[in-house]
Amino acid sequence: MKLTEEQVRHVARLARLALSPDELTRYGSQLSAILDAVDSLSQLDTSGVPPTSVIGAATPHLREDVVAGELGAKVALANAPQVEGSSFAIPKVIE
Amino acid sequence: MKTIVEIGAGLAEKKTSAVEVATAALASAKEDTFSAFLAIDEAGAMAAAKASDERRARGAALGPLDGVPVALKDNILTEGVVTTAGSKMLADFTPPYDATVTARLKAAGAVIIGKTNLDEFGMGSSTVNSAFKPTKNPFDPSRTPGGSSGGSAAAVAAGIVGGALGTDTGGSIRQPASFTGLVGLKPTYGRVSRAGVIAYASSLDQVGPMAHTVEDAALLLEAIEGFDANDSTSSDAKKTVWRDALRSGVKGLRIGLPREYFVDGMDAEVDSSVRAAAKRLEALGASVVDISLPHTKYALATYYVIAPCEASSNLGRYDGVRYGHRAADAKALKELYEKSRSEGFGPEVKRRIMLGTFALSSGYYDAYYRKAQQVRTLITRDFEQAFQSVDIVLSATSPVLPWRLDEKLDDPLAMYLMDVLTLPCSLAGLPGLSMPSGVSASGLPIGVQLLGRRFDEATLLRTAFALEKH
Amino acid sequence: MPRADFQVVIGLEVHAQLLTTSKLFSGAGTSFGGAPNAHTSIVCLGLPGVLPVLNQRAVELAIRTGHALECTVAERSEWSRKHYFYPDLPKGYQITQYEFPICVGGRVVFDGPDGEKSVRLTRIHMEEDAGKLVHESAASLVDLNRAGTPLLEIVSEPDLRTADDAVEYLKALRDILVWIGVNDGNLEEGSFRCDANVSVMRHGSTTFGTRCELKNLNSFRFIKQAIEIEATRQVEIIEAGGKVEQETRLFDPQRGETRSMRSKEDAHDYRYFPDPDLPPLLLTPERIERSRKELPELPRARRKRYVDALGLPAYDAGVLTSDRAMSDLFERCVAEAGEAKPVSNWFMGELSRLLNETKTNTADVKFSPVQFAALLKAIKDGVVSGPGAKEVFAELFATGKDPSLIIQEKGLAQVNDDGPLLEAIAQAMAEAPKNVESYRGGNTKIIGAFVGAVMKKLGGKGNPKRINELLTEKLKA
Repeated sequence: MKLTEEQVRHVARLARLALSPDELTRYGSQLSAILDAVDSLSQLDTSGVPPTSVIGAATPHLREDVVAGELGAKVALANAPQVEGSSFAIPKVIE
Repeated sequence: MKTIVEIGAGLAEKKTSAVEVATAALASAKEDTFSAFLAIDEAGAMAAAKASDERRARGAALGPLDGVPVALKDNILTEGVVTTAGSKMLADFTPPYDATVTARLKAAGAVIIGKTNLDEFGMGSSTVNSAFKPTKNPFDPSRTPGGSSGGSAAAVAAGIVGGALGTDTGGSIRQPASFTGLVGLKPTYGRVSRAGVIAYASSLDQVGPMAHTVEDAALLLEAIEGFDANDSTSSDAKKTVWRDALRSGVKGLRIGLPREYFVDGMDAEVDSSVRAAAKRLEALGASVVDISLPHTKYALATYYVIAPCEASSNLGRYDGVRYGHRAADAKALKELYEKSRSEGFGPEVKRRIMLGTFALSSGYYDAYYRKAQQVRTLITRDFEQAFQSVDIVLSATSPVLPWRLDEKLDDPLAMYLMDVLTLPCSLAGLPGLSMPSGVSASGLPIGVQLLGRRFDEATLLRTAFALEKH
Repeated sequence: MPRADFQVVIGLEVHAQLLTTSKLFSGAGTSFGGAPNAHTSIVCLGLPGVLPVLNQRAVELAIRTGHALECTVAERSEWSRKHYFYPDLPKGYQITQYEFPICVGGRVVFDGPDGEKSVRLTRIHMEEDAGKLVHESAASLVDLNRAGTPLLEIVSEPDLRTADDAVEYLKALRDILVWIGVNDGNLEEGSFRCDANVSVMRHGSTTFGTRCELKNLNSFRFIKQAIEIEATRQVEIIEAGGKVEQETRLFDPQRGETRSMRSKEDAHDYRYFPDPDLPPLLLTPERIERSRKELPELPRARRKRYVDALGLPAYDAGVLTSDRAMSDLFERCVAEAGEAKPVSNWFMGELSRLLNETKTNTADVKFSPVQFAALLKAIKDGVVSGPGAKEVFAELFATGKDPSLIIQEKGLAQVNDDGPLLEAIAQAMAEAPKNVESYRGGNTKIIGAFVGAVMKKLGGKGNPKRINELLTEKLKA
């Protein structure tokens, strides 16, 4: 499947990636080539085949409802690029 | 170059001390001839080695890993030690917690020397996609050690550490093990906790050992496996003492050679190495039959939908808000996201995020993601079918030998094709092991892959053990 | 009035915070307060490598809600990831239930202004809450204390036709959730939130109009206002020949308007897919049935029983069931006392007054149903007078001492012997000969003054019934 430049732009926007014009073109053709290969799947008749989404445990182990593992603000913020008080700070969001 | 068993014996017989062993390991890790390491934890390693020696002096040694130097792929979190996933995004990220496997290795007395290089977030088969440096193959430094666990492979193959942990999403333990003459085991999905392992594709990721011998791999698996309350996909399947199961031989075992795994363009030496391995197993009393896994040819497409979809989701958290790279000059929220992510991620990661975002987007979900999950079921059924008549599936690990680092591999699709033999096992959640099976005329290692039933690592390991000894 | 030609169609989405101690997928606490980010764990921060582990209590509360709202509780439900980028969403996705929610169907029955109504539910699913973004300083600040708090999203069918009904539905739903202990019902603090899907269509039409989703409705008053304002807006668009666009709109109570929240460019594509970190939630029929059996009688059923079986006025039944603790205490007191009406009177009167005055929660009252029944018996047996009983009750409420002890300590035992009563009557009559004459002249109402005077002489402890009898006898003589 051939992606249009607009589609590539849309996907980049959804993924919050800023792509240069050069990257847009390159990714566009690379993704198109990969999707062409992936399109082989459409040849397979999978009607009635259940999808596999989670393998492993049949049902998850559930947690007791107790407070455990709070880090405290200091540790929580330790890797933050910008902090104000005990909050993560980011450029002002205009709503 | 010593195995874990040999290092353990030296320590047990007091021929050497954990501090001596760690000192030597740290020295060669720092030298890092093959660019295997991204971080070295000298203080942590020395403290662990000292503690190990003290335990042993008290007669309270913990087990076969006590005092043994190991390395961890740098997508496995280590409390207080920078963990980068090979990405600029996490270049300065210091985790406040240990991954479950890290904690378990520490509890077993292992001495963690450092963190090893990888393709960024595990996305690659060469370790060239690391944001920091490419790793070299100790057998031939002009060639790739494979990937994405190439740093762990090189660290073990070069004899810097006794063993290492890698992660395997589509072959990232098995292929580098094959390229560096090691044993690499991807356990059954759910056998080993993923808690604290930086996610690439959550339904496929699994941590496993990389070591010189099958027995070493078994010892590492014993230390890290088992149910973990912090991972809802971890299984409570019984732990086994793998080491004891190793020596029971392969008499009566049925080995299947899937015809679909002898792919076009496969290296002739690799091909004959697989057939030779089958002959050896036959000589040991196993029977070898040709089998068919008919949906194999769809595995590549299936994987390259599912893994990017999950990756696009898992990597959404890297936004420059709470940790990780933040663009210096972002003035608004959208800019903060787009710049931080574009600067922080490398090209292959961006490519897979784009691919996954597209495949999940409105109007395409059914055609791609849902379809791939259905085909995944068919691939799993192929194996279920096959394992009714055989106990082990035998194939090559990689269709090719380690390629040169300067070989231009610009076409991502051509790169993806290299993973074709390791992907189906990952999609089906089966245990898979790569082990050395000879050396090419040019002196490069060749690996064969053994696949087993879900949670039947026992049969896998004993087959590998038998093959290794003969 | 163009509005008259149109029918409003309303569906409601309620987000109710579950009353758990810890978050949906991590052990961090759910309590309010504390410094920003104090109640966060590695999981709610969305650190690399973290995995969700489901809170058992949240599941229990969701099942209970399903039973209370007559839903089908699913034996298999699944978790999905809903993707969008916002600083209050640490992982870049919210874990929610999408294709396979924990509860399907169900209904809420309530009494509207014109009788009983039933609103069908589409589904109830579990999901995690987002954090908070504060825009106070030059920067915006992210606080993740609330991130990961368990929510139930309760989605109704578009069955509602007026803003008043919408409010009644929400009140009934809130009462049930509070009653069964899954939610605290607090709109102001946002633990019970509501979004409204509003559309309009011409009367008689069978196809719904294009709907808009209204947000920021944090009081019942705002909900009513917002729905009415939005309906008017849509009608005006249609009347003017325009088309309503499907979008999310924010209610602005200050300006009394709704306005579009998102520009088209940012149109969301949530890219849902099953969360590979969480296997489906499987519940056995036995497990589901166990919760059903543990479900308490619900307020509506209880109200009906109070009227039908206990013979209480509808108003009293409503007051008594407005609060689960009050109603439960009432039940236990009735069981001890063996009759409902006097218990109801005390609850409606003195108990409510004292609870109010002392700002006490019903759950914290000091007396036991046995003690309360003992007081009622003392009144019935004439051991204590009506006014005396109020004093005893006040003390019982304050201290939880046995009523018999209080009567003794305070000397509140009623005077029932004719001797002292006759003495006081004689005195009272001697002090007011004119009134005696007036009575005998036919002004029998004046007996009230005599009762008061006699009671005063007896310090309020005289048996009023006997005083009345004896007084009548003496005055007539």
